Amino acid sequence: METGAAVNTGHTTVGLGRKKEKMYVTTIKRLLKNRLAVVGLIIIAIQVLMAIFAPWLATHDPVKQNLAAAELPAFSEGHWLGTDNYGRDIWSRIVYGARISLVVGIVSVSLGLIGGVALGLLAGYYKKLDGLIMRIVDLLFAFPGILLAMLIIAILGTGLINVAIAISIWSIPTCARIVRGSVLSVKKREYILAMKALGASNARIIIKHILPNCLAPIIVFATMRMATAILSTASLSYLGLGAQPPTPEWGAMIAAGQAFMWTSPHMTIVPGIAIMLVVFAFNVVGDGLRDALDPNMDINQ
Amino acid sequence: MVGVVVRRFFQLILLLIGISFLVFTSMYIAPGDPAAIIAGPTASQADIDAIREDLGLNDPFLVQYGRYMNGLLHGDLGYSYQTKQPVWDAIATRFPNTLKLAIASIIVAVIIGVVAGIISAIRQNSWFDVSSTIFALAGISIPNFWLGTVLILIFAVNLQLLPVGGLDAPFYTAEGLKQLVLPAITLGTGSAAMIARMSRSSMLEVIRADFIRTARAKGVRERTVIWVHALRNAMIPVITVIGLNFGFLLGGTIITEQVFAINGVGRLMVQAIAARDFPMVQGSVLLVATLFVLVNLIVDIIYTFIDPRISYD
Repeated sequence: METGAAVNTGHTTVGLGRKKEKMYVTTIKRLLKNRLAVVGLIIIAIQVLMAIFAPWLATHDPVKQNLAAAELPAFSEGHWLGTDNYGRDIWSRIVYGARISLVVGIVSVSLGLIGGVALGLLAGYYKKLDGLIMRIVDLLFAFPGILLAMLIIAILGTGLINVAIAISIWSIPTCARIVRGSVLSVKKREYILAMKALGASNARIIIKHILPNCLAPIIVFATMRMATAILSTASLSYLGLGAQPPTPEWGAMIAAGQAFMWTSPHMTIVPGIAIMLVVFAFNVVGDGLRDALDPNMDINQ
Repeated sequence: MVGVVVRRFFQLILLLIGISFLVFTSMYIAPGDPAAIIAGPTASQADIDAIREDLGLNDPFLVQYGRYMNGLLHGDLGYSYQTKQPVWDAIATRFPNTLKLAIASIIVAVIIGVVAGIISAIRQNSWFDVSSTIFALAGISIPNFWLGTVLILIFAVNLQLLPVGGLDAPFYTAEGLKQLVLPAITLGTGSAAMIARMSRSSMLEVIRADFIRTARAKGVRERTVIWVHALRNAMIPVITVIGLNFGFLLGGTIITEQVFAINGVGRLMVQAIAARDFPMVQGSVLLVATLFVLVNLIVDIIYTFIDPRISYD
């Protein structure tokens, strides 16, 4: 039962009713006007390309040691970013590291979204579940930042897969809260009550009508969570709880490079710049998305 | 008013119980037999069984949990698998270092953040505003372990101005202060960025308010208008942000301690996790979570006192 322009079905009327633009087109236009966000999008695009075309972009094998060429500085012959103490080419490790960060980020954020959206929808729609779910969420919120992820790693053990799992579980409470907030506000609208009166099933109402209206905060959350996920993966790997050697993960590279700060500072500087650029990009795009989608949106960070 | 504090206190107790339950359960379900770890690789099965019996590991879950809670109330957090020493001792000796770091960082973060945010708001869209906005965004994005490493590189290795790490000197000595500078800046930057953002937007809102217009119309000096009237009102949401940031800061101490080789609770926790030393993990995680919850509670209470417009819950 498709109703007209009074319901948010993704169409906004622009102008005198003659031109109808889809909401996402308007959003993208507004986003592109934000110059900082455009810079962010470019950086993300570069990272994605690096991740996909890693085998072609890398000049050397990222894990193969070559002690004869150890600790070469940047701009050396054949190694434009130098090598580390095992003679591994840093540029190649950065390129493969892009792949790792992106994959772990996407996996953990996606899993977190699935759990968070499901819980948020249930908590927002069914009052009886709300109390229970929100108590558990509040309990999980009692753990500051990365602590929850570390606790999960304490249970599961170290390694990148466990890092992804830990980050996704850590993301579920925040996501659930945001989705729940959206659901609660949408639930009150008249057309939802009308649907209920007309006998639409709960599942249909939730999936077809409530969920699309929650998409905006979910998208912003997902983008900014990518930033957090990548930063956390690097942090956990730096602490030795994530990627194990010889995996070329950016955080692990910084940890390894710290011992050689006096002689080869580029070992720590280069991966750090990579992390910073990518996290900055996702943060800035997330900010831009939030402004483009709805300047009044309140994201519960 | 007292009712609010009492109610919050009970909520706190419930939350703490919940946290201890979660932490205990996490360690309970974690794979690895504590008895086998304690006995060591050369022990026989009989030894391991004896240790199991001794530690009461064969008792049902709730009994073990009860025993754990009982121990907590008496200050007994168990014994580390690695050092065989009481967990409480290890944590208690290291806690002051973590506290020093956290407090120094909050001070750095608040001073830099609030001042930068206010000046940005007063001179909106000036080069100061634009550049500090970008710095703020960068500040949230910089991995703080990398910032720390770079700072060490510049100030300790190249310029030789500040020490590389450690926090053994008392904080009131020159050496102690020098040791605190880099870690505090490292940890404080992320929070300073968030606080600056919040101060700026809050200040912008307040400046447009009617009572500011009235003050100016009455002829009050601009300096007083900004730093007395506007500031006081703008600080209200900022205090919440500072409180929230404390959590972020606590997580950050874990990493910063690793960078600067500071002997604090965070570093202890990381080593314990890597070594699967469950009692130590339990104890340190419990401590940090409790601290976090306590600080949030205090911020909440302060908030109700500061803003007269807010009625008690």
